[in-house]
Amino acid sequence: MNGALPLIWRKFGERYDLDGNFCETCGTAFFPARPVCPSCRRRGKLVPKKMPKTGKIVSFTEVFTGPAGFEHETPYFIAIVELDNKARLLTQIVDSEKERVKIGAKVGKVFRKISDIDPEGPIAYGYKFKVVC
Amino acid sequence: MVGIVGYGVYVPKYRITVEEIARVWKKDGKAISAGLNVKEKAVGSFDEDACTISVEAARRALAHSGIYAANLGAVYVGSESHPYAVKPTASIVADAVGASPELTAADLEFACKAGTAGIQMCLALVESKMPAWIKYGMSIGADTAQGRPNDALEFTAASGGAAFIVGKKEDEVIAEVLDTYSYTTDTPDFWRRQHAEFPRHAGRFTGKPAYFKHVIAGANGIMKRVNMKPSDFDYAVFHQPNGKFPIRVAKQLGFEKKQIEQGLTTPLIGNTYSGSMMIGLASVLDKAKPGEKILAVSYGSGAGSDAFVLEATKNISKKRPKKTVFDMFEEKEYIDYAEYVKFRKKLKSL
Repeated sequence: MNGALPLIWRKFGERYDLDGNFCETCGTAFFPARPVCPSCRRRGKLVPKKMPKTGKIVSFTEVFTGPAGFEHETPYFIAIVELDNKARLLTQIVDSEKERVKIGAKVGKVFRKISDIDPEGPIAYGYKFKVVC
Repeated sequence: MVGIVGYGVYVPKYRITVEEIARVWKKDGKAISAGLNVKEKAVGSFDEDACTISVEAARRALAHSGIYAANLGAVYVGSESHPYAVKPTASIVADAVGASPELTAADLEFACKAGTAGIQMCLALVESKMPAWIKYGMSIGADTAQGRPNDALEFTAASGGAAFIVGKKEDEVIAEVLDTYSYTTDTPDFWRRQHAEFPRHAGRFTGKPAYFKHVIAGANGIMKRVNMKPSDFDYAVFHQPNGKFPIRVAKQLGFEKKQIEQGLTTPLIGNTYSGSMMIGLASVLDKAKPGEKILAVSYGSGAGSDAFVLEATKNISKKRPKKTVFDMFEEKEYIDYAEYVKFRKKLKSL
């Protein structure tokens, strides 16, 4: 968990339980939460909303050269997942055999360590996804 | 009526066999596996720890109970592998499952029995008039148990956990807790000092004066209190440091093999320490029918036993989890010793 702790702490709801928001005017869900609905603008009415915990892979790639802090996790999958309410997010795919990671695969959210590189620093927890069937 | 209103189990998907560990140290894997009555153990992935395991178990328990997370008045996490020395696992778990902020939370440690100590605390809080607002409490036993390479414990020290929610609404309790009892002495059979990476143990001293003495005293103590004998129980669950001790202690107490089979999980996943007896109890609740009676006795080195007598209620048939504990064990992938070393960060350069 690098950088400013308060900034990360403010995102705990998003990272732990997929807290996003929803525009009651047009019915669109946003993750992460948006300050303004891009379609409805000032007519939009945004309310906090928890995102569904399942979705499907719409695109993925396998990372062989990870950025700093992730170099020992390679090779690993990252994917764009479309949640059941159409909101999309970028996530790591874990606990899933290579042949099951494909476009259209159903995935479910899991709670994992995202970063734990400083043995004396705080641990960052958050969401990852795994293929569920 | 006070008792269990929901439970959840989480066991990581990776497994390493006892024979694979023995291969590395040039030992007789078949003989060790048969001697311990353990085939393989569950291994947490590189991004799993006692906290992530607790969250997964807690979420399953909430889903099973149907209770709104914000109604939890207490969250306790019992573990001997809390990720932080100072900074509670319980507050992370409570936040992650949506139980925060109106609740009490704390981390517990009593080797392998901290989770059952938490169940006792929840029972007392839920029954208590002070504070009267606590209607439900959750206790979790979870570990990513540390086994020193080439130590006897390496064959069994596993990862996993279970969460139990305690409540007192008659239409929600699936297993009433008829009584609980504890037996505690200062017995230094197993310990880990501050900053030490791996626990140390006193070899054979962990058996008779430690595990057997306390489990037997715990079981006999509670049976005396509720005026019951082994044949009065449909199921019995004991702490399972390996697959052999619980069978032997059951025999010494006068239980038959069929009473303990449903709760015997260590042969398939290893010793999940704080999760061990609680995962066994969850497996028994998967199967128990209304009116059936269960004896459950944990053991924590250092040393003590918490004993519980439970009776399944009519609500249990309506609340069967979608996946049983034994079904969950089938979702697995084998890893070799090198991957195990990587996942559990036993290489110093990681």
